[in-house]
Amino acid sequence: MQDKVKSPMSSEFSVIGTRPVRPDGVDKVTGRARFGADLNMSGQLVGAVLRSPHVHARIVKIDTSAARALDGVKAVVTQKDFVSQSNATTNFGEGTLNLMHTVTNVLAGDKVLYHGHAVAAVAATSSAVAKQALKLIKVEYEVLPHVIDVDEAMAPGAPLLFPDMITEGVKPAPTTPSNIAKRIDIVLGDVEKGFNEADVIIERSFKTAPVHQGYIEPHACIATVSEDGQAELFVSTQGHWIVRMLCAKLLGWDINKIKVTAAEIGGGFGGKTVVYLEPLALLLSQKSRRPVKMVMSREDVIRATGPTSGSSMTIKMGATKDGRIVAGEALLKFQAGALPGSPVGPGCMCAFAPYDLANVKVIGYDVVSNRPKVAAYRAPGAPISEYAVESVVDELANKLGIDPIEFRLKNVAKQGTKAAYGPKFGPVGMAEALEAAKASAHWRTPLGKNQGRGIAAGFWFNIGGETTVSLVLNEDGTLGLTAGTPDIGGLRASLCMMASEELKVPLEKIRVQIGDTNQLGYNFLTGGSRSTFSSGMATVEAARDIKKEAVKRAAKLWELPEEAVEWDAASGAVRPAGPNAGKHKPMTLVDIAKIAGKTGGPIVGYSRLNAHGAAPSFACHIADVEIDPETGKASIVRYTAIQDAGRAIHPSYVEGQYQGGVAQGIGWALNEEYIYGTDGKLQNAGFLDYRIPVASDLPMLDTIIIEVPNPVHPYGVRGVGETCIVPPLAAISNAVSMATGVRFAELPMSPPRILAALDKARAEKTAKM
Amino acid sequence: MAKHHVHTTINGDPIELLCDTGETLLDVLRNQLNMTGTKEGCSTGDCGACSVTVDGRLVCSCLMLGVEANGKKIGTIEGLASGDALHPLQQKFLEHAALQCGVCTPGVLVASKALLEKNPDPTETEVRYWLAGNLCRCTGYDKIVRAVMDAAKEMRSA
Repeated sequence: MQDKVKSPMSSEFSVIGTRPVRPDGVDKVTGRARFGADLNMSGQLVGAVLRSPHVHARIVKIDTSAARALDGVKAVVTQKDFVSQSNATTNFGEGTLNLMHTVTNVLAGDKVLYHGHAVAAVAATSSAVAKQALKLIKVEYEVLPHVIDVDEAMAPGAPLLFPDMITEGVKPAPTTPSNIAKRIDIVLGDVEKGFNEADVIIERSFKTAPVHQGYIEPHACIATVSEDGQAELFVSTQGHWIVRMLCAKLLGWDINKIKVTAAEIGGGFGGKTVVYLEPLALLLSQKSRRPVKMVMSREDVIRATGPTSGSSMTIKMGATKDGRIVAGEALLKFQAGALPGSPVGPGCMCAFAPYDLANVKVIGYDVVSNRPKVAAYRAPGAPISEYAVESVVDELANKLGIDPIEFRLKNVAKQGTKAAYGPKFGPVGMAEALEAAKASAHWRTPLGKNQGRGIAAGFWFNIGGETTVSLVLNEDGTLGLTAGTPDIGGLRASLCMMASEELKVPLEKIRVQIGDTNQLGYNFLTGGSRSTFSSGMATVEAARDIKKEAVKRAAKLWELPEEAVEWDAASGAVRPAGPNAGKHKPMTLVDIAKIAGKTGGPIVGYSRLNAHGAAPSFACHIADVEIDPETGKASIVRYTAIQDAGRAIHPSYVEGQYQGGVAQGIGWALNEEYIYGTDGKLQNAGFLDYRIPVASDLPMLDTIIIEVPNPVHPYGVRGVGETCIVPPLAAISNAVSMATGVRFAELPMSPPRILAALDKARAEKTAKM
Repeated sequence: MAKHHVHTTINGDPIELLCDTGETLLDVLRNQLNMTGTKEGCSTGDCGACSVTVDGRLVCSCLMLGVEANGKKIGTIEGLASGDALHPLQQKFLEHAALQCGVCTPGVLVASKALLEKNPDPTETEVRYWLAGNLCRCTGYDKIVRAVMDAAKEMRSA
């Protein structure tokens, strides 16, 4: 096991920092756990979606009459069945929200914008009838020219997706429409002045391919709407309150009409923060008065959900001879897919965040093209921009002849550093992560033939947000904990541990669940690495609520003023506060539960809060690659992920986050990409050709957990789930560059691309001889 | 179209059912028998989430027709534990935190059991190549490989 936790104060806890079996574990190893597609209802219909065969086309006419007439077809819907929405964009969570765009992605309006864009949906008595019905829907299309590449989409004369799209964020506003939805500018100091002070300047352009979140569970839900309009939805989602809100707005229903239950979720990584099937299932159920189940195929998941942006970027950085970075400039062009809303905003924010820089200038463009609309993917935008910056940082260190860790330490972001995007950092663990990298056995391990080593830093800001948790003291003193942020990778274990730590109640006496939207107040979704932080904060607050109530009840029983009774943290019992309060036997929660009825009724701890103070998590990764000079295949031979967790509540699941982020980053760096033909159609919409890393592709992934506690969280928690996908891209690119002697600036570094670079370098060498 | 009459054995229990010609074993398990522990991740045999054993051999149930189960012995995730006792693999997966979202877990466990029946003392490389047909997007496989090797060790000494 990897027990490397670097912590200043881990020993003060009895439960936190241990590695108990997760409470939802047995259900998941026995097949009992119910995921999105695992619930069936009596009389259910099968819902299916008709998708566009064209990349970009005007919808002239949709005739659904033949489909409706088919025996077994119970409902057919098109975009006209939804409430029409205005084209207004608001800030929302880690991104933005535009309901007109949301409905347009659920079902196309007057145009289809990408191959696989949903056009209509049916509900039928069987999947065979549903498929037949889709064939009977006649759609008349007028095919339009398309554009796929981001640079081509920005070029004058490119086919326009929206004839009325005027770039936001540019003053004065452009007078002609384009595919550029938005421009973002972040400026700190004066980069021109900075570059004038530089002894070395490096400027380089980069490209990255769009990659999919690749959750193994396809999108799935089942909806039922009764005759009086009461709806229930069981769905695999990262945020059931968000699903409820989006469905209510799209359908024009009151929020109270929809109860959403979060299924066990088979991976999300950001991709299950939006709606695709859910409003369709509700609408089809309303029209048919039957439950409607909808499950996406893998092909549809890849061609019509997610992915994250591909990009085209230029980075320019300058440093002095003694290794001080004096200026950083970035131009980031992100593909949004067919509708605005790429993560270029966070990409801009994070680009230079690992460093304490005086002069920064970042320009970002959010660009539409005829691809599926992007969805959040683990630290949205950050892996892309930080890949480019960390590649240039590596090159600067090489050019200056400074060790890459030392070079980063000379410029490292620390407490008090003002980030270019605004905030001043509190205590952060970037320097600690770099020091741990330097001290690691990995850093000293000699490299073999054809091997290279790369490092990279990484940053994600993390978020908090609205959260509600309830904690019920049962009649026998056991507890029921209900949280509202879907648990994807061990949240219930962490929340149980925090409640157990706080109340000194054994873990097995606490039963934890994710509540439905009727059981708790509003919860923002699981995203932004916020769940252990926010729901954890609320759990601790709810537990403290229970303690306060226990004191109150004992005081009532003992006929003492409340101040004369106290909670003894060591024993987990209430007792008289001092000798003057009399001799009463301390009461545990089991004792308190017994007297709850006669001292005021049921005892429920409750917390509803907007969790502020989410603290950023910094990381440093070391990657060793080996290149096969004959095939160009890069293999990861050794990997260490070092990251600040603030506090690792359950270290195994923190390590698991690090390792999972690394594996996704390795796929992004070496293998994964959306491949389009000149016809604009995706050529690799399946797990055979869109190849995510498999077990035999990877070595063991070592982890080192740093703990620089977040002062705002009662136990010091920072989010950990996202930062870990940020460094791998550059760490691996830097390693490949070292192993080959060729600087790489395009992802993925697939075997043909590496082989071509090697062949070119070999040809140049021969020509010189 | 007439349905086929199938007699099969699932996790030791005799099962009789009717299925369409085109119905996969996965559909039969999930939709007819409500055995939803076996997961559908791709329907093309690329992800391994639907792994089952057929007469002891590891198979993607999405690539096999229901009618082909006639006369065969099928093993699914629901048959891994016996009585109150989890299979050592299930226990080790819990102890090593070898799962996050858990959707690939049933398939990985069924595949791992098939491996250990064939090879009770696999090397890390053998585990990795055997499980190469079972995609996991959450864990990076590290803890899965450790759990399988630890379970193998425990089963050898049992």
